[in-house]
Amino acid sequence: MSNIEETKVTEELVEETQTENTSDAILVVKNLKKYFPVETDFFGRPTKYLKAVDDVSFEIKEGTTLGIVGESGCGKTTLGRTILRLHPATEGEILFEGKDINALKTKEMNALRPSMQIIFQDPYSSLSPRMPIGEIIGEAVLEHKLVDKKDLKAYVLDIMKKCGLPYHYYERYPHEFSGGQRQRICIATALALKPKFVVCDEPVSALDVSIQAQIINLLRDLQKEMGLTYIFISHDLSVVEHISDYIGVMYLGSMVEYGSTQDIFENPMHPYTEALFSAVPVPDPNVKMNRIILSGDIPSPINAPSGCKFHTRCGKCMEICKTVAPKFKDYGNGHKVACHLYSQED
Amino acid sequence: MLFKKNDSTKKEKAHYLSAKETRAIAKQNARIIRELEKRKKKAVSEEAYTTQMRDENNIVEFDNLHTYFFGDAGVVKAVDGVSFDIPKGATVGVVGESGCGKSVTSLSLMQLVQGPRGQIVDGSIRFNMGDKAFDIAKIPYADMRKIRGEQIAMIFQEPMTSLNPVFKIGYQMNEMVLLHTPNCTKEQAKARSLEMLELVGIAAPERVYDCYPHELSGGMRQRVMIAIALSCNPRLIIADEPTTALDVTIQAQILDLLRDIKTKIDGSIMLITHDLGVIAEMADYVVVMYAGRVIERGTTKEIFENPLHPYTIGLQKSKPVVRRKVDRLYNIPGQVPNPIDMPNYCYFKDRCDKCIGKCNGEYPGFIQVSPTHSVSCYLYEDAKEEKNV
Repeated sequence: MSNIEETKVTEELVEETQTENTSDAILVVKNLKKYFPVETDFFGRPTKYLKAVDDVSFEIKEGTTLGIVGESGCGKTTLGRTILRLHPATEGEILFEGKDINALKTKEMNALRPSMQIIFQDPYSSLSPRMPIGEIIGEAVLEHKLVDKKDLKAYVLDIMKKCGLPYHYYERYPHEFSGGQRQRICIATALALKPKFVVCDEPVSALDVSIQAQIINLLRDLQKEMGLTYIFISHDLSVVEHISDYIGVMYLGSMVEYGSTQDIFENPMHPYTEALFSAVPVPDPNVKMNRIILSGDIPSPINAPSGCKFHTRCGKCMEICKTVAPKFKDYGNGHKVACHLYSQED
Repeated sequence: MLFKKNDSTKKEKAHYLSAKETRAIAKQNARIIRELEKRKKKAVSEEAYTTQMRDENNIVEFDNLHTYFFGDAGVVKAVDGVSFDIPKGATVGVVGESGCGKSVTSLSLMQLVQGPRGQIVDGSIRFNMGDKAFDIAKIPYADMRKIRGEQIAMIFQEPMTSLNPVFKIGYQMNEMVLLHTPNCTKEQAKARSLEMLELVGIAAPERVYDCYPHELSGGMRQRVMIAIALSCNPRLIIADEPTTALDVTIQAQILDLLRDIKTKIDGSIMLITHDLGVIAEMADYVVVMYAGRVIERGTTKEIFENPLHPYTIGLQKSKPVVRRKVDRLYNIPGQVPNPIDMPNYCYFKDRCDKCIGKCNGEYPGFIQVSPTHSVSCYLYEDAKEEKNV
């Protein structure tokens, strides 16, 4: 799609959102929290929590990609899994096509599962070593009764073809494949259920650069073809920039910045986003980056710092940051930031 | 079985080995391994492995190195004729995809290739010891211990698994100092260890000295690994994917530290990574490897501004770069050939889009494009001939 068309579409979407708030969003997440109990008292009541996802809100429009970036341990993966109710959420709402997933009964949820799928990070451990490829891809299709048993093989071969897998792989076992091929199998498994929404949890980080490009291109082609909506979780900023329409930056369980890819990369507002972007090495020896090197490590999410969680490593820390947690505010064009640097200017 | 077998899959399985064939291969390989092991265990005098450096300004010269793994399914030629130099005081980056032999090259240099299956079968690694030079491919096990750790130190990829979980950091650091410094007391070793911990930017060395590895974060562990590597003032540090397991912000810290330390200790670094960004930032010279062979080598500027080999070009185009928008990523079709039966033509031919008639011939030799830049590809043979005329 050309740029002009894209802007037109987004303008239309903006108009729509003004009239009716959630009509075009396939997924709306409101104040989502996921706490894991880590310590319990004598009676088994939890006394200490690991706040893996702490008050995260966003929405995704149909057919777009939301990239989630952050360091390891910031809750990206937990967020992805909680959205699919692989972990029950502690608090908050997840509205998929208007239905609150947390309130659904197991049976209703199972009926919804085919339309929400996930591609896991490690293609080496996410495929059953005792099943041939055809069975792996076909298993869920049979379970959800999407096609008849006699049409199954033709259906699976069709999906395999779409994902760039030759037909004679049908009876082979996962150990016979390289990492890139296995990731294609994982993608085929997810897409065999005709989902509307797919969570891609670091799908390319275990792969080599040349194979990475193949998988990214495949994901984009399939998105165009089938009109998929992605949440793309990755720690690799260059990949996220390439594939995403919107980006959310997470730090210690909270979303610190959210906006369109262009906004986030051209005008990063949160000091953490700035540091994160400047830390990415650029493959060009002539570019000497003005690097912001953060001191120290990411704090433990069990005893997260008070106030703004980033204040222990922030170069622009003020007094207020240590005590008051900043609000997640919109600073125009849907660009939301949680930082006191900007809230004071208003 | 849910599905019926069809004939096409049977044909595909034709290349599978029978048990009989596997046994024959294993027997043959065991014989070769026994020969090679015997040679290494024999104590020989120093003259037997003393050689001459080709250029005194180099710290290491790899010359036609072959490291093979003798498996039951066949011989894996992990490193198949690798030659490059590491000049004194320079950082040489080795890039390539996984399985291209970059780690095995560095392990050969340390004589740490997993034996008895993995063996250096041919070629030499000349290491400059200052007044003399040794050929590491020929040094017996016992004598290598004096060089490993003291002259050449290595930083491994996984800081999580390269420290021993049951010993304190201090013990593990002292071990290295005590082993390589003659007549060293425990107090001296501790002082040295603390000094090293401070050098790598650990704020409270005394506290970390008394910690167990699990009490430290990934970045801190990698700093400890670097401190251990530096404690004997090595001439060469091999950094094998030092930042791959770390986050970007921690990676920036560690790269900053490595650069800082190189100027302080005046040594050379052999940096192995698959990240082109890290190479561009750190290295002076780049060696690009593919399927066990060096395909292109040159200065960082040459490799990034004027990449010649189709694989190097493809690699650079297939990596998305921050703030450089492309509509669609270039992808190199296919995948790395099976390491057990490599073709006898150029290994990249089947994935190459610039293939010419000559590519069907034998593996191309190196073509010198500039004094520092050479490439192993037939595309540039004509260009060179024209220049000579």
